[in-house]
Amino acid sequence: MKLGFFLREALRALKRNAVPSFAAMATVLVTVMLLGVFIPVVQATTGAANEVRGRVIADVFLKNDATKADIERVRKLLDNDTPHVASIEYVSKDQAYAEERKKHKAAYEALGTANPLPPTFRVTPDKPDNITKVRDSLTPIGPSGQRTVIDSAIDEVSNREEDTNKILSVTRVVKLTTALLAALLVIASVLLIANTIRLSLYARRREVEVMKLVGATDWFIRWPFVIEGVLVGTLGGLLAVLLLAVLKIAVVDPLAAQFALIAAPDTMNFPLLIGVLLAAAVGVSAAGSGISLRRFLRV
Amino acid sequence: MAATERHVRRRRTRPEAAPAPAPRSPVPGAVIEFQNVSKIYPSGDTGLQDVSFAIQPGEFVFLVGQSGSGKSTTMRLLIKETEATTGTIRVAGRELSDISRRRVPYYRRNIGVVFQDYKLLPNRTVYENVAYALQVTGGSRREIREKVPDILRLTGLSLKLHNVPEQLSGGEQQRVSVARAFVNHPPLLLADEPTGNLDPETSIGIMQLLYRINKTGTTVVVATHDVEMVNKMRRRVIELAHGRVVRDERAGAYAARESTREFALRMREDRP
Repeated sequence: MKLGFFLREALRALKRNAVPSFAAMATVLVTVMLLGVFIPVVQATTGAANEVRGRVIADVFLKNDATKADIERVRKLLDNDTPHVASIEYVSKDQAYAEERKKHKAAYEALGTANPLPPTFRVTPDKPDNITKVRDSLTPIGPSGQRTVIDSAIDEVSNREEDTNKILSVTRVVKLTTALLAALLVIASVLLIANTIRLSLYARRREVEVMKLVGATDWFIRWPFVIEGVLVGTLGGLLAVLLLAVLKIAVVDPLAAQFALIAAPDTMNFPLLIGVLLAAAVGVSAAGSGISLRRFLRV
Repeated sequence: MAATERHVRRRRTRPEAAPAPAPRSPVPGAVIEFQNVSKIYPSGDTGLQDVSFAIQPGEFVFLVGQSGSGKSTTMRLLIKETEATTGTIRVAGRELSDISRRRVPYYRRNIGVVFQDYKLLPNRTVYENVAYALQVTGGSRREIREKVPDILRLTGLSLKLHNVPEQLSGGEQQRVSVARAFVNHPPLLLADEPTGNLDPETSIGIMQLLYRINKTGTTVVVATHDVEMVNKMRRRVIELAHGRVVRDERAGAYAARESTREFALRMREDRP
């Protein structure tokens, strides 16, 4: 009975307040749609970035004349005494030569049979961010400011610093911009819903006055307005989800079937995404209603 | 008048109908008691100054005075729309300042209020307007179906059930407003200029209605400018002027007797 009363009141208000309600609904729709596009995009980029970062390794180049004993000693050193090492892989002079020759055939043909490549340990750190720590522990910076090696067999340690930094900064920028955009849109939606409810409150100030006079409790007066706001938000959210579903079925799915690239990074599945978006729409509209009620309904 | 009798019965069975006298109340059993009440608005205007009076259950009281004399302030204080600056107001033995903001709606359910401008909801029918008061206070569907036609019969609106307010005359609209105020059978009914917009004949009809409600045991307080009505009804009159009680008479007239000569003197005074 009570819920029915609130719902009827809210619908009555919506009918009378159609234009601003429509504007608010449209904003929620746009916001939710953008969120719906951005969430998978952000997830895909972070996924891709993580994949690249997963490939971050440090190359420990040994001296060209390293003996078998030297190699074994360095392997033990890496295995047991270096922190943050996830795995190591030994690439001998011959293996390195074979790999490089495959990649750059012409250059190596010109080189003849000489092999300039040193034997190498490829060290994968436990986390991409720890790569510099691995490097520092293998080649600590000496008192003179120059890097020294901790084992005489090691020639140089390279961590492909530039690549790593580039990847890290790109993912950070992508995340920040999308988060900022999403935040701005959410704020806009909240304010528009708040404005709709404010107009509704203004249109119904007489009703509110009468309600107060006959002894309606504060929340009894507020509920229809909250429901009105949430209805507007939910409607916008539902429409947005519908549009997203159409987009997904009509555009993304056929593309994904042709190019493995789009589907490759693991993104959240569609039903979960829908749930998140609807929850966001309801949350945003409830917040908007709340703001207006707090500011303009002194009960 | 079967409807009236039913209301009388209902009024008697109301548990909170008999107000418990407050321990410190110097006027035992009073429904309304003002004790040295002053109201000064934030703008510095004086609403009431040191006003004291008591109204017993079942009384019919006229509150008269010029515009700005404090009648509306008194009404607004009684429904706790504003707070008294100093002094105590007791309703049914309960100090209004003790009622928390959260409890105000429950307090208001015990008071029916009628205004000069009716305050009806324009896009609802007569029936819905009256039912609204019950819905808001959590009345069940059954209660609404039972009480609303009853009160509409009492107020003579049975044939206008499905009209919206703008299809009604002023008098009829005020009847709807009275019906809404009384549908909960409150022990106290306040009317702020209920006949202010109505012609004399229609006014009599509204007063008759208030009188009938008063006969069921409800205390009725009417703030009015209606000289004719006050003089004819000969009820208790409390007159306010510049925020003070200047007269409190049983069975009084609108103004103290004034001869033609005295009135002529007043007319020639410099101050308008």
